[in-house]
Amino acid sequence: MSGVLLAALVALPLVAGALLCLVAVGTAGVLRAAPWLAVGTAALTAAAAVAASAAATRPMLSWAFLPTVPGGEVRLLVDDLSGPVLVTVTVVALLVLLAAALDGEHRPTRFWGLMLLFLGSVTLTVTAATLPGLLLGWEIMGATSYALIGLRWRDPERVRGGQTAFLTTRAADLGLYLTGGAALAGGSGWSLERLPDATGPWVHLAAAGVLVAALGKAAQLPFSGWLSGAMQGPSPVSALLHSAAMVAMGGYLLLRTSPLLAATGWAGPAAAWAGALTTVALGAVAVAQTDLKQLLAASTAAQLGFVVLAAGLSATTAGTDQLIAHAATKAALFLAAGAWLTALGSKRLAVLRGAARRFPLLGGLATIGLLALAGAPPLALWASKGAVLAAAREDSTALWAVGLVGAALSAAYASTALRVLWSQAAPEPGGDEDPGTGTVPRALLLPIGVLGLGAVGLGALAVDDAGPGELVLGGILALGVLAVVLRRPAPAPSWAVHWLGLPRAGELLGAGTVRLADWSGRGDDALQHGVLGGVAGVRGLARGVAALDDAGVAGAVDRVAADTTRAAAGSTRLDDAGPGAAVRAVTRGARGLGVLARRPQTGLTHQYYVQVAVVLAAALLLVLVVR
Amino acid sequence: MLDLVVFVPLVAAVLLAAVDVGDRAARGTWVAVTVLDLALLVGMAVAYRTPAPGALAYERRLEWIPSVGVGYHVGVDGLSLPLLLLTGVVFAGCAVYSLREQHRPRAQAALFLFLQTACLGVFAAQDLVLFFVFFDLTIVGMYFSLAGWGHGDHRRSALQFFLYTFLGSLALLVGFIGLYLAADPHTFDIPELIAAAPLQGSPVAGALVLGAVLLGLAIKTPVVPFHTWLPPAHTDAPAVGSAVLAAVMLKLGTYGFVRIAMPMLPDAWRAWAWVLVGVGIVSVLWGALVAMAQRDLKRMIAYTSVNHMGYVVLAVGAAGLVSGSDAVARGVAVTGAVTQMVSHGLITGALFLLAGVLHDRRDSYDLGSFGGLAAPAPRFAALLVVGAFASLGLPGFSGFVAEFQVLTGSIGATSWAVAAVPGILLTAALLLRAVQQLLTGPTRGLSVGFQDLRATETLPVAGLLLLALVVGVVPATLLGWITPAATSVVELVGR
Repeated sequence: MSGVLLAALVALPLVAGALLCLVAVGTAGVLRAAPWLAVGTAALTAAAAVAASAAATRPMLSWAFLPTVPGGEVRLLVDDLSGPVLVTVTVVALLVLLAAALDGEHRPTRFWGLMLLFLGSVTLTVTAATLPGLLLGWEIMGATSYALIGLRWRDPERVRGGQTAFLTTRAADLGLYLTGGAALAGGSGWSLERLPDATGPWVHLAAAGVLVAALGKAAQLPFSGWLSGAMQGPSPVSALLHSAAMVAMGGYLLLRTSPLLAATGWAGPAAAWAGALTTVALGAVAVAQTDLKQLLAASTAAQLGFVVLAAGLSATTAGTDQLIAHAATKAALFLAAGAWLTALGSKRLAVLRGAARRFPLLGGLATIGLLALAGAPPLALWASKGAVLAAAREDSTALWAVGLVGAALSAAYASTALRVLWSQAAPEPGGDEDPGTGTVPRALLLPIGVLGLGAVGLGALAVDDAGPGELVLGGILALGVLAVVLRRPAPAPSWAVHWLGLPRAGELLGAGTVRLADWSGRGDDALQHGVLGGVAGVRGLARGVAALDDAGVAGAVDRVAADTTRAAAGSTRLDDAGPGAAVRAVTRGARGLGVLARRPQTGLTHQYYVQVAVVLAAALLLVLVVR
Repeated sequence: MLDLVVFVPLVAAVLLAAVDVGDRAARGTWVAVTVLDLALLVGMAVAYRTPAPGALAYERRLEWIPSVGVGYHVGVDGLSLPLLLLTGVVFAGCAVYSLREQHRPRAQAALFLFLQTACLGVFAAQDLVLFFVFFDLTIVGMYFSLAGWGHGDHRRSALQFFLYTFLGSLALLVGFIGLYLAADPHTFDIPELIAAAPLQGSPVAGALVLGAVLLGLAIKTPVVPFHTWLPPAHTDAPAVGSAVLAAVMLKLGTYGFVRIAMPMLPDAWRAWAWVLVGVGIVSVLWGALVAMAQRDLKRMIAYTSVNHMGYVVLAVGAAGLVSGSDAVARGVAVTGAVTQMVSHGLITGALFLLAGVLHDRRDSYDLGSFGGLAAPAPRFAALLVVGAFASLGLPGFSGFVAEFQVLTGSIGATSWAVAAVPGILLTAALLLRAVQQLLTGPTRGLSVGFQDLRATETLPVAGLLLLALVVGVVPATLLGWITPAATSVVELVGR
């Protein structure tokens, strides 16, 4: 029974998504029922997720994949860690798809199919207990995210955003291939829970691979740049991919493999510091943004920094709490940003001035989300951040202090957004992306509202894990920063406007690779010409030798036939004609080659074939005889 | 059964060449015969039971030229069965794809049926001379396909292809003769030579013979720096010619590694293993980099073949690094290498058929001349995207099953194999660039008014990619055939 649930959880969205994509290609138009088919599938998936995580026995399912290696199968498992994350992801996906179905925009059938494929790859990633299963979900997730970010493929800029996202995360994914090799060499097999058993230096390589792959997906330093370009995607895509699912999966992988990180001694602290530094650096980036989705994107990386920090400290529960609380909060905020984008035709903050006043219900929900993001008590992220910081303080004061700065910055960027949304200043005219519709569909408030409830209530999960000290300190910090920034805008650090130059660095790296490729291409052309020249040279030489041979043999026959005086004259002539003929023959051969190169189809090929075959047969015979 | 599978296409080819049945009937016959042959192959696969190590299924042995130890000896094991099936699938796909061929369809059908027998024969052969005869016949067949149905500077490319690969086959023959002479009693029989491993303990002769064999196989595979015949041959070949050349004929080279070179010359193989690892890594990286520089879709796919075959060479090389490495890891590497042969055949075959559509419609493969093709040709776009992602090794497709095993197994054997890992990223980058240039953005240039895929074009491409998907999701059946054979190859190399 539990196996059936798991199979449904993974197969339902994957199969339905693939079918919708097929329909999209076949009809090349819009299937009217597609949104509701997608929402229905997501609802069933969410129901299966709830049932699976509530099941008394741990649901497990596996199928043979790479059978020679222990752990080579695809094994899926719902346990204490994957259960809550699974429920979060599927419920957020359901609400996001519902919002997309209600927001009144016309979306191609492909969108719905790809969203379901994406959802299936995420459930696969969350439940995977072996490396092959993980990679299966992990990279399909990346590929569908490419197609979703570049959904509007007529605009090259958007497609490039998808490309950057895919290539950056895939570059990091190479780490998992290294992990696979290290696990094989170290004799641990490919079960995720057995990876710490790898011997000798291999356990370090395995951990490094996992760490790199996870940091890439989670948009942590130094990989954060791709998240900026990913904002080219439609808002529902951002609401799912960049809140609960894809980015969060990076943090989740580290939570899942924290025993491996701990086994090395260095990978845990490395992850913790990468996370902590990201909370600060990307927090600063968020403060400096002038575009609501860019601000939210940077804050995603920063908030996930706390998950990564927790995973590095093996504080799995705190990390999970943070992941779940952030998922609900950020999905609501991206959906709100998307609603404003549709209504006002822009996501620039200057256009959004006073938007909360114009759309008070949506504004109210967004305010709840932003207050949660700021870490204001008693909202969910306040409690979960408190739990993470409590774990950090036990480990190292420096880490704790950096985390506190990150927490303060999250209050700063949240209040920057709040300030704009409630501003009384006149907004700039919008419509720079789409012509604004001027309205927000009322039905849209339902899914955003449910997510907002999550942003409020999910803190109940985490409150027990956070020490009272962290909770009080975090609450005061958040409220203090809110109070200050709402009065006076936070200074926008100019070095952080362009995402610390990370996207530019990625571009340069890409351009460098292309230059290297062009250089290699020229090298290969030269090699090709060299080989062609070599072939031509050999053939010219062969002709020359053949001509010389003819002349020599002919001369010999002459000599035998003629008398001695004529032989003397003949040899004089030969002396003259031999080298001369050879030189002429070589010249003629080279000239003939030019003609031949254009018109080689003169039957000479067959002659050549026959000649070679004869020589070969002779050689064979010779060898046999000699032997 | 196996004789039937191998020679049915040849019989049909002779009949088609002799009897003027008309163009329609010729095309129909071609499809019918390839489908029949494929059905026979599937029947064989269903009834196949893994034979004992060293033994063969569907074996037949007849005397041919007993005085020099040459026999007609055919048989199937886990290395050849997947490749026989691949051959059947690819040729059937090509037959369907050519249902609209206007240029001398009867002659083309006869030629490709002849070529099919030659390719099947190589994989079935258990005698070196038989192997060599079929091997050379494939070269002759492909030469005529290029020269007769190619475009561009095809005659020159055909000649270059012929001379270069023929030279390679000569080197191969020299190696075979060396093996024959070294064996006591003299024989060309493959299982006997494997059992005898004639040049064990004579390092110089072993190295020389292996060198000759390797040169021949390296040209055919092809590996850097012997790959230069491949891009022009592909660029000027007809779509079905390219598909067969890439999907089946490149495998003749890699198949030779696991069938002949590794098990017959284990000492020499271990001595040469580092060279192969190096050449494999260079092929992976160089093939991908040069592919990225191409502006012509077909040349680009051709260079990705160099990259993909590089993984195979890396894996079989790593399998020779016996000391200080784990037999399981080496087994995984070789299993991955054989999987890669099948996977590359399916995926690259599909990609070349798609590229052929560009030429059919617009006489051009130039990436820069197209743009926004997804609007007029959504089916073409969808299949190309799926093919590209399959080719870049996305999990869920066969390429991942192959490359993950090759890379992890090779890293398990030597940490130097880590150097090949960036190849995966380079392929992803170059395929995405090409797909984007062709399909996305505003519809412009040659894309305007582009006619989408017809049913005869969709069916074979979709079929090949569907098989790549099936292998990618449930590889157990395929790996169940390959793994025992790969394990036995690893054992033979290690003796």
